[in-house]
Amino acid sequence: MAKQEDEVILLDFWASMFGMRVRIALAEKGIPYEYREEDLKNKSQLLLESNPVHKKIPVLIHNGKPVSESSIIVEYIDEVWKDKAPLFPSDPYAKAHARFWADFIDKKLYQIGRNLYTTKGEEHEAAREEFISCLKLIEGELGDKPYFGGESFGYLDVSLIPFYSWFQAYETYGNMIIEHECPKLIAWAKRCIQNKESVSKTLPDLEKILAFVQHLRKRFGIDE
Amino acid sequence: MAGSEVELLDFWASLFGMRVRIALAEKGVQYDYKEENLTNKSQLLLEMNPVHKKIPVLIHYGKPICESNIIVQYIDEVWQNKYPPLLPSDPYLKAQARFWADFVDKIYDAGRRILNTKGEEMEKAKTEFIDGLKVLEGQLGEKPYLTGESFGYADIAMVPLYCRFYALEMIGKMNIEKEYPKLIAWVKRCMERESVSKSLPDPHKVYEFLLERQKKIR
Repeated sequence: MAKQEDEVILLDFWASMFGMRVRIALAEKGIPYEYREEDLKNKSQLLLESNPVHKKIPVLIHNGKPVSESSIIVEYIDEVWKDKAPLFPSDPYAKAHARFWADFIDKKLYQIGRNLYTTKGEEHEAAREEFISCLKLIEGELGDKPYFGGESFGYLDVSLIPFYSWFQAYETYGNMIIEHECPKLIAWAKRCIQNKESVSKTLPDLEKILAFVQHLRKRFGIDE
Repeated sequence: MAGSEVELLDFWASLFGMRVRIALAEKGVQYDYKEENLTNKSQLLLEMNPVHKKIPVLIHYGKPICESNIIVQYIDEVWQNKYPPLLPSDPYLKAQARFWADFVDKIYDAGRRILNTKGEEMEKAKTEFIDGLKVLEGQLGEKPYLTGESFGYADIAMVPLYCRFYALEMIGKMNIEKEYPKLIAWVKRCMERESVSKSLPDPHKVYEFLLERQKKIR
């Protein structure tokens, strides 16, 4: 499936945690690719054609064929380039378990995190509590393992670690210190950054993401 | 003892439960079906799915698997030696099947909101629902099934919604039968499979149930 002359293009946006998942997976596998930054206010023809249904990044284009949705792309990458750095365990039960938690992150963490910097008053307070509960549940899943995948960095680690780059933004607008609530999770994130070049080279500075969120709030007229 | 190694915690009207029933039937897997009372969930359900406390839950040799699409993939992987395969083996085609199953979840969500909301919120849900069906109609094109020549993962994700078409038409004041001929032809084709026809309840029974539930909410 993977040939010498593979052409891999990634349509992405620098601050997207979903895009970061794909960048990390590609880096883990050592796959050379062309990164194309999209202007989300002026999407490229290629993006609109490659993902006509959702018109969203990230989109991976492998030898001209597009794959959309970050979790689906990461599984695709793991299946095509299966001989290097496997992200999934081979056992179906362990696979289902990893997929369950990645799905939980997508359904809960992302949306609640978004509510942290887009809502006020009662809604905001509810979001804050829900966010901390979510993180604690996820931390429970990590337990005392070095990675979510066990001894090795895997699919669930890839799915969650991009959110770390948004932590400063979440803390600022969520009025919390995540390390106080979930110290093991912070230790895990730092472990990933220290041990995995794919992570340290992909994650943007936390301050840059904070500035980006500040800019988003101005753009959508969310007052302090 | 036969079938007790596989248990399914479910609810008769759940679209998500139906997906799992179809997948198990396609593979000819024997299992124990356990109907849950969603207003009084069993201790087993709360233990097996502590995070969401929802059905369906597949319990295989005592270990729980949750979330319908994840369960269907699990079934396909565990019983991979049983025909038919539910997902293609080619990674690109697999990714396409996963993409469409994920898209179906958005249609389901819009359908749920049609049934549970009123006024502006309902109208918004209707628009999203109709847009979703239009995309599926386009995706079907001249193909017999959603992602190609064979019945599979994306079809399993979508076809349970058929048992709610009648309810959605009545409550949402829509005409699905008329507007989406390819979708209807696809439904009829799927319903020829015993795994599907035996897993979907009677649409009128479903309508009555949803009306009752609506009364409690509104």
